[in-house]
Amino acid sequence: MADLLAADAPAATIGEPAINISIFGVFVLITLVITFRASRNNKSAADFYAAGRNISGTQNGLAIAGDYLSAASFLGIAGAIAVYGYDGFLYSIGFLVAWLVALLLVAELLRNTARFTMADVLAFRMRQGPVRTAAAISTLVVSLFYLLAQMAGAGGLVTLLLGVSGEAAQAVTVVVVGALMIFYVLVGGMRGTTYVQVIKASLLIIGALVMTVWVLAEYGFNLSSLIGGAIESGGQAVAEPGAQYGLTNVTKLDFISLGLALVLGTAGLPHVLMRFYTVPTAKDARKSVVVAIWLIGIFYIFSLVIGYGAGALVGKEEILAAPGAVNAAAPLLAFELGGTALLGIISGVAFATILAVVAGLTITASASFAHDIYASVIKRGQASPDSEVKVARVAAIVIGAVAIGLGILALQAGLNIAFLVALAFAVAASANLPTILYTLFWKDFTTQGALWSIYGGLIACVTLIIFSPVVSGAAVNPTTGKSTSLFQDVDFHWFPLNNPGLVSIPLSFFLGWLGTKLSKERPDVDKYAELEVRSLTGIGAEKAVQH
Amino acid sequence: MTPPTDRKLLTPEEYRQAQDSPEFTELRRRFRSFAVPMTVAFLAWYLLYVLLSTYAHDFMATKVFGNVNIGILLGLAQFVTTFLITQLYVRHAGRSTDPVADEMRNRLESHQYATPNREEFPRG
Repeated sequence: MADLLAADAPAATIGEPAINISIFGVFVLITLVITFRASRNNKSAADFYAAGRNISGTQNGLAIAGDYLSAASFLGIAGAIAVYGYDGFLYSIGFLVAWLVALLLVAELLRNTARFTMADVLAFRMRQGPVRTAAAISTLVVSLFYLLAQMAGAGGLVTLLLGVSGEAAQAVTVVVVGALMIFYVLVGGMRGTTYVQVIKASLLIIGALVMTVWVLAEYGFNLSSLIGGAIESGGQAVAEPGAQYGLTNVTKLDFISLGLALVLGTAGLPHVLMRFYTVPTAKDARKSVVVAIWLIGIFYIFSLVIGYGAGALVGKEEILAAPGAVNAAAPLLAFELGGTALLGIISGVAFATILAVVAGLTITASASFAHDIYASVIKRGQASPDSEVKVARVAAIVIGAVAIGLGILALQAGLNIAFLVALAFAVAASANLPTILYTLFWKDFTTQGALWSIYGGLIACVTLIIFSPVVSGAAVNPTTGKSTSLFQDVDFHWFPLNNPGLVSIPLSFFLGWLGTKLSKERPDVDKYAELEVRSLTGIGAEKAVQH
Repeated sequence: MTPPTDRKLLTPEEYRQAQDSPEFTELRRRFRSFAVPMTVAFLAWYLLYVLLSTYAHDFMATKVFGNVNIGILLGLAQFVTTFLITQLYVRHAGRSTDPVADEMRNRLESHQYATPNREEFPRG
């Protein structure tokens, strides 16, 4: 996902910052009111972490779409299609097909067996302490990378849309976004966060629909002439694969690696999994994924039109020259089509997107810390539910503060935030998904297998990233004079690919198998019987809270 | 993890009995007979598409009508198959696994798997 949302946009702006800010302000105001109303029923742990399991399947489907369609999806994919054409389209397909893994193999079984976190199901039939700790660490790592990307993205977006520039102003933006997010989570809990997601997803999809119809109308609702327009401006390559990834054999392998991480990462993202616990039954979990798949799929089809539309109507050169580069495509197209008003609406939606996604991530990370590490490992299951929720609230503040600090650092280091999102997907696919699947479907799987798979996948993934061109040694771009690596003047890379998925995902599956085969302890057959019967029949599943 | 009270109601023996029952074997078979082959199929189709986009540039760039080429059509076909598999799964679950799962859940709730030698099929 190179170049999606580069955070180091130079200072310049389009449209009317005052209008952009007012529309965003209206969104914040409405969601704050809703969050306050949602806070009335926020007493128990089930309320705080899982919205009392009272969210309907359709609402949760919208909230999942809201969680998933982050700024990288909205601005990044449309921008990648505008600039790289077909290769941008490839991202969206991986992001969508990934949902079938969640639908067919994970969502319902997880809803039936776990309570609040991913660790609940991973530790179900294993030794609690070690597996829960491993799952919590992996949850925190994935969520933090994702969080960091969104926070840095907020700062980059602000430069483009609000007309503020300079390190101090960007830092202030990150602090404001972070403070709002902490507020949503503390006051609204999962219920408030869910409503914010639902509103945001609706606005985003309506906004994209308007732009899509508008663009298609310009081309007489003919896909071929739209692509023709994009070719006219960007060359024949935009309609064909390979503009971005077809350059060398290494970039080709890199694309396959990315494709694998995308398709297997989604069903291992803790903030996505946690959404399955907010509905009353497994059937509602199924319905939420079905709604989410349709919404996300339709949205990506809109992105294709918006992307090619931006390429055709705004032009590749103008997009790349604009502050925010690739990410400016959708806002520039909005300005081109509907002037200041449409730009203001799209900008407001983009901010809302970041705010909603960071709130969802914060609640996931704080729930994992409070429920898995504090209540289960430190207090050994003896913590009162009240104290657990208190710890979760404190954890949300700490995680929010850490995200603000790291977000400012990432922004000022000019860190490519898309790399952080891709890394989050790769870590989720490597550390989480193999253990989830083994736990649910392989009766011989043991504690040692789980630990080897989680830690092995996590360590392999992070190590390969550290020694990849993402961190050091990428070629210097002649136009900017800078390397795309995190560190400029050193080169300690030996792993050729930007995305480690091709190596770390199979390795994690292998380690899970090997650790199990070399294990001295026998698998817990009683707990596996309970897990299997509960996962398929729904007996003993957590019930919705009655208010 | 501290299980709430309603979960304590079922004993490990009941879960073992339920797991060994013919109806659970059937439920598991019905679940996996859809989920496993379908997962293999959509992953293979997705990987084929990724490999074609990466290594079969000229094939993917073949124009079908106007400026629309095979690559774009196959990409849109990925959307279509994803929507299709989603709806097929919903139908399969509603017709094939949900009835057995609901039936078994009711029996578990009324502790029908509590005795080791339950007389489900009494012999004459």
